[in-house]
This record gives sequence, structure tokens and C-alpha cells, in this order.
Amino acid sequence: MTPSLAALATSLLALSLLAGPESGDEGAMGAAPRRSGFDDMSPSTQALQRDDTQNPAMLWVQDGEQRFNADCKRCHDAENPAQSLRRAAARHPAWDVQSGKPLTLAGRINQCRVRHLKAHPLPPESDGLLALEAFVALQSRGQPIAPDTHPALRPFAAQGERLYKQRFGQLDFSCAQCHDDNAGRRLAGALIPQAHPTGYPIYRLEWQGLGSLQRRLRNCMSGVRAEPYAYGSEEFTVIELYLKQRAAGMTVESPAVRP
Amino acid sequence: MASPVRALLRLPATARPGEVVEVRLLMQHPMETGFRPDATGRTVPRNILRRIEARFEGELVFAADLFPAITANPYIAFPLRATKSGTLTVNIEGDHGVAQRETAVITVA
Repeated sequence: MTPSLAALATSLLALSLLAGPESGDEGAMGAAPRRSGFDDMSPSTQALQRDDTQNPAMLWVQDGEQRFNADCKRCHDAENPAQSLRRAAARHPAWDVQSGKPLTLAGRINQCRVRHLKAHPLPPESDGLLALEAFVALQSRGQPIAPDTHPALRPFAAQGERLYKQRFGQLDFSCAQCHDDNAGRRLAGALIPQAHPTGYPIYRLEWQGLGSLQRRLRNCMSGVRAEPYAYGSEEFTVIELYLKQRAAGMTVESPAVRP
Repeated sequence: MASPVRALLRLPATARPGEVVEVRLLMQHPMETGFRPDATGRTVPRNILRRIEARFEGELVFAADLFPAITANPYIAFPLRATKSGTLTVNIEGDHGVAQRETAVITVA
């Protein structure tokens, strides 16, 4: 670790220890209104997301639409995918009765491929899977996030919350220490967002490409020098589930642009 | 054989005579500079789009040369004065034999 990072870590840690419940920290969850990362982006990046002819994620959406038309149309409402998949992205991760586990949207797409198309699952973070996910997520754009309310999900969401509040990595940070306790403040030059997954999959300018929530979570994990969970792992599924419930009612922006 | 470049060419479907419309072109391309080392330390070969040419009914209306410092998935927009109905053809040329044509139709009335 470089000295400046160590200093940063120490000062952040001190910061988070100081911010007690009575400190009235403007970043504390519950007190502050929930903000999408969109609200804190520069006007030019916001413009990029607002305009579908500029949003680079639409390149993946077009690919996803072609894949959808080729593979998925025969079961899903062929004429109107917007109707048949309208709530999918707003609702997932959702309970899957057959496997007895929660499933993310990407997991559901792959499960559908294996079960109904007898096809191979698409590799995580592959362009094909992201394209399908982006096309499906676009159908939910503008709707409130409405997580699946199946009671069997409760222990999984609780586990997700535990992981969210669990310290890990060499810097020994939890997600909550930044994104609940210090959201709205700055980590070096970057604003700490409240970490609401409103727009995934996102086109991130830093990536120069489309990426999933799990890729973003892996970024944060390597940022605190933790070993990232694997794509599609149960840990990520329950964290996604918790984050989705935490963001319930916020508007789906998929596919969003982020800096 | 070069794989096709995914491109979104947008042009308003209709315009009034003499109206200036905006043409928008978004292309999916890594725009690899040729200067970056990969994970093993070897330099990644350059792979960029080199030239964009737009012709309206055969007449050259816009051209751009692209260079290694241009972002991945480049976005290009330019104004076009609509005088008559017709087809806008955009030719995209790049490294590794990329040569592609995108078209869009505008009706002027």
C-alpha cells in the first residue's frame, strides 16, 4: 500500500468511527433522501444517458434485441417484449422455486437458456449476456424498483445485509462504512454515491464498455484490497438482493451511463 | 475478415426544405491505440477506425479522420442542410480491413 493510501484509509476509518448516530451526518442513510448516482453526475454525462442516440449502451441494447428476437421470442410475447418483460429488471433478484434460491436477472437469463433453449449458459460479463440483460432491463426503464416479496427471500436478504456491513480486505472496510455512513462525501476526488443499483447494466466511461453490478462490486472489493467474490457467486446474489430491496421504489434507469 | 462494427446512425425521418438537421453516428469499437501493453507486457496492436465519410446522394457532406487518441465507442455528430429527400450513406474504414456502410433515409417535404 502506498503511504498516501494508508493515510487515506486511516483518515477514512477515523471518519467513520466518529460518525455516530447522533452526529447528524448529512450522508447518513434514513435521514438523507435517497439519491441515484445520476443526480451527482456532471451535466454532460447526464445528457449522455438521457439521449438514446448518444448513450453508448444502446449499441449493446441493439445486439440484445437481435439475440432476443432470434432466441427468446418464441416463448416471450413476440409482438411486445416491453409488455412481457416489463417488470423483470425492476423485480430481480427474485425467488426461483425450482432451485430454491434467489436468482439475479443474468442468472435468470442463463437459466432460461439452459432450461428452455437447451443452450449453453452465456459466460458471466460476456457481451452476449450483457446485451440481453441490457435489452431486458430497458423494458423496465422508468418503473419503480419493486423487489420480489417472496417470504423465502428474507433470510437471503438478511445475509446480503450482513455481507454489506461486513468489514473485509486489507483496508478493513465494509460497504456500509462508505456508502451509508459517508455517502455524499469525497474519497479523494470522487464523490461517494449511496450505492443504489438503479441503472445496471451500466455503460461506465472508465470501463469504456458495458458492465454488470457484480463487475462494479468487484471494483469496490479490489479497492479495499479484498479478494472479490466470483461472478455469479451466492455472495453477490444476496448482496444484489439486499441492494435492490434497499433501493425499492427508486426509478429504474437501465441502461445508465456512469463516470 | 474483419468483424462488423456495430453502428447506430440516426437521422430525423423527415425535415422541411432548407432545415438543418443533426446526423448522429455511434460506433462500437475498442479504438485500441497501439501504445498500451497488455497483462503480459506485450504491446497490443493498434486497432482503430481511421476514416468516416458521409455522402448524401453521392455528394460528400462530411468526412473525419480518426486517430489513436479517440475514445472507444466513438460518437460523431454533424449538421446537414436538408434540401431534398434522399439517402445518407456513411462509410466507416478502419484497421484490420474494416470497411462498412451504413445508410439512413430522410424525406424532405
